[in-house]
Amino acid sequence: MSTIFLRIVPTSFLGTSFRVRRPHRMIERHLVAYRRQWLIVVSGFFEPLFYLLSMRAGLGDLVGTVSVAGTQVPYDAFVAPALMASSAMNGAIFDSTGNVLHRLKYARIYDAALATPMSPADVAVGEIGWALMRGQLYAISFLGVMAAFGLVQSWWALLALPACALIGLTFASIGFAATTYMRGWTDMEIVTTATMPLFLFSATFFPISSYGSWGWIVQLSPLYHGVALVRAANAGVWSASVLGHAAVLLALSAVALVVAARRIDTLLRK
Amino acid sequence: MPEPLIVASQLVKRFGDFTAVGPIDVEVQPGEVFGFLGPNGAGKSSTMRMIACVSPITSGSLRLFGLDPATHGPQIRARIGVVPQLDTLDTELSVQENLWLYGRFFDLPRAEAKRRATELLEFAQLTDRADSVVDNLSGGMKRRLSIARSLINRPELLLLDEPTTGLDPQARHVLWDRLYRLKQEGVTQVLTTHYMDEAEQLCDRLVVMDQGLIVAEGSPRSLIDQYATREVLELRFPAGTNEAAAPQVEGIGERQELLPDRILVYAHDGEAALAATHARGLEPESALVRRSSLEDVFLLLTGRTLVD
Amino acid sequence: MVSWHFATYRRLWKVNLLSSLVQPMLFLLGLGVGVGSLVDSNTGSSDVLGGSSYVAFVVPGLLVTTAMALAAGESMWPVLGGLRWNRGYHGIAATPLDAGDIVLGHATWMALRCGIATGSVALVLACFGETRSWGLAPSVLVSMLVGVAFAMPIMALSVSAEMDGRFPAIQRFVIIPLFLFGGAFYPLSQLPLVVQWVAKVAPLWHGVVVARGFTNGNVDWVGVAGHLAYVALWAVVGTVVATRRLSGKLYT
Repeated sequence: MSTIFLRIVPTSFLGTSFRVRRPHRMIERHLVAYRRQWLIVVSGFFEPLFYLLSMRAGLGDLVGTVSVAGTQVPYDAFVAPALMASSAMNGAIFDSTGNVLHRLKYARIYDAALATPMSPADVAVGEIGWALMRGQLYAISFLGVMAAFGLVQSWWALLALPACALIGLTFASIGFAATTYMRGWTDMEIVTTATMPLFLFSATFFPISSYGSWGWIVQLSPLYHGVALVRAANAGVWSASVLGHAAVLLALSAVALVVAARRIDTLLRK
Repeated sequence: MPEPLIVASQLVKRFGDFTAVGPIDVEVQPGEVFGFLGPNGAGKSSTMRMIACVSPITSGSLRLFGLDPATHGPQIRARIGVVPQLDTLDTELSVQENLWLYGRFFDLPRAEAKRRATELLEFAQLTDRADSVVDNLSGGMKRRLSIARSLINRPELLLLDEPTTGLDPQARHVLWDRLYRLKQEGVTQVLTTHYMDEAEQLCDRLVVMDQGLIVAEGSPRSLIDQYATREVLELRFPAGTNEAAAPQVEGIGERQELLPDRILVYAHDGEAALAATHARGLEPESALVRRSSLEDVFLLLTGRTLVD
Repeated sequence: MVSWHFATYRRLWKVNLLSSLVQPMLFLLGLGVGVGSLVDSNTGSSDVLGGSSYVAFVVPGLLVTTAMALAAGESMWPVLGGLRWNRGYHGIAATPLDAGDIVLGHATWMALRCGIATGSVALVLACFGETRSWGLAPSVLVSMLVGVAFAMPIMALSVSAEMDGRFPAIQRFVIIPLFLFGGAFYPLSQLPLVVQWVAKVAPLWHGVVVARGFTNGNVDWVGVAGHLAYVALWAVVGTVVATRRLSGKLYT
């Protein structure tokens, strides 16, 4: 994959040491390290599940149905794809900020890796790849839960998985890039404070029509585009706007990846 | 004469306006143990990072194995081992996993990496701690594990940045023993230290660095012969009177240095110098005759002690 | 002891206030107002909510859950840190202060922090007619008590924890489920009976019910006394256990 990537993208602007040869080595390290902490990995699946159960059992009756593209759907069917998209974002963000900050500044694992043929870009791509893999694990299991609850509408819903991968890529890249600017743990509060409005106001819990003329603000949220993609996949209703949503996420990922690669290079090779 | 392993000429490292290193010229031959000696902030670690190909040079030229770090960084790093000043061990992994996973960074096949890890555990005397978590190791054990890890790729060149700083004397001796074995196996070593005894024990040849520049070069013995006398007489007068006593010992040795707590008199024969001191009617609180060391070389070269 | 906490806090207060004020306000806007528009337009919901609007229903729940989340978080890593990493507690233990002082100091400090956080949220809420109520003031006091009722048992756990491995589990399997199923966002009666009973074990729901009584003006004083006594029981038992475990750790 990495060699293809190098062939189609001119990489000179990424810095002299932008060589992606061994990102999978970083992932291998995480696979071994997390064997001892599998409970933490597994527990990440429960947060979106709890949200879904709470919305289904508790708020469902209060809200009744929500109008989506002209049809009335039960509240849990409305919220579930959005929760799936949000958990893809949350998983990617937390793997690429807190964990990366720890390895970068405190455990100094990357310094050790750089003394080997590994390059800074290997580190960045490896970390983002890991965040993606972990996110896919959650996405797959969440989709299973949705199917069990009868919230999946067609086989098209399988396309929600690549949609979640795209969301994961976007937020893992943004998170990694942001982490390279962090001074310490207190800056992590900013991450939490920044992701929460995205989580709440990306047409997650109520449709964009509720915002009236303020709807354009919601469109600024990258997660909104992710939610729209997952909803479209789950409903199996496709339109040209899907391409637009995907393009926004792809563009953001590309910019964030470039920033991440450049920043990690200057940080690790001074 | 074989090709030198490291050739640096007019090597400079600048951070903004601050020149951390250079210009310096250094050559290290295969099989040699070469030392950078100097106080904290002398530019040793910056030099090491450039040699380790993780810090781009500002100007001058640097070649390792005849290759340029700017273009062949990964190829060079594949042939060297690095023991950083602060341990960068992976605290989420066991001792054994630290070794073999590091080997994977060098593209070793998994079976081979694990085989070497087992060997290196033996070498580092950590076999019975193979499954321990790194956090539970003592300082000396962590250091030995760092060295073992740096050997996983069978490096031709080993870089050690302050290998024994912060260790107790016994742990230091165990470590020196391991480094000596490596030397016998023909591994070239470059190390930095601010400990004189370490430099004298380990190095075939060393340079003394001060404020980014090389101020002297040679074998430990030749530097002592060149820059110091054979023996040193250390005189301690009651607190606060050292300075007043200094002019009175003038001329007893070839030269002398006044330190806050004592006076060092450099002389060929320390006992004779002590007798001469007594003959002048001076009564120091204590007096000690010793062989001169690299510490004295540094003091004479820079007018400062190494450990401030 | 409290002044020791305060001295460290002064350096971080901006970030702290930001998250402890902004986060509940965002939840109020997102869930209270946003989901509220869906709920209020659904005829029939009003009966379940006891006649109040959804925003008015959510406000007290939000205050109390804010206190819970804050107190729980501050009683995990910071406590373990005081004991293990920066060893601040050991430094204090070498002075005339003892384990009881440290635990009570932490309790007072948590009450203060929860008071500041929920008090500032309440101040903002008082600016809007929809959410303005005299009941906000006693609700802040209730939130402080609930904060302590979470801080103390969790401190007792943190004191005896060796590593921080258990904390994410507590967050994910205790705090977040309580946040979602603790009666803050909908009446507990919506949930299956078993879940209701589990939710009622923790102090959160009791605090929410009392605070909601104050904000919508239906105060049943006997009920209030009962609920608060139960919440206080958690705080007291937590304090006793935490003190015993801490003195076991500090003086061995």
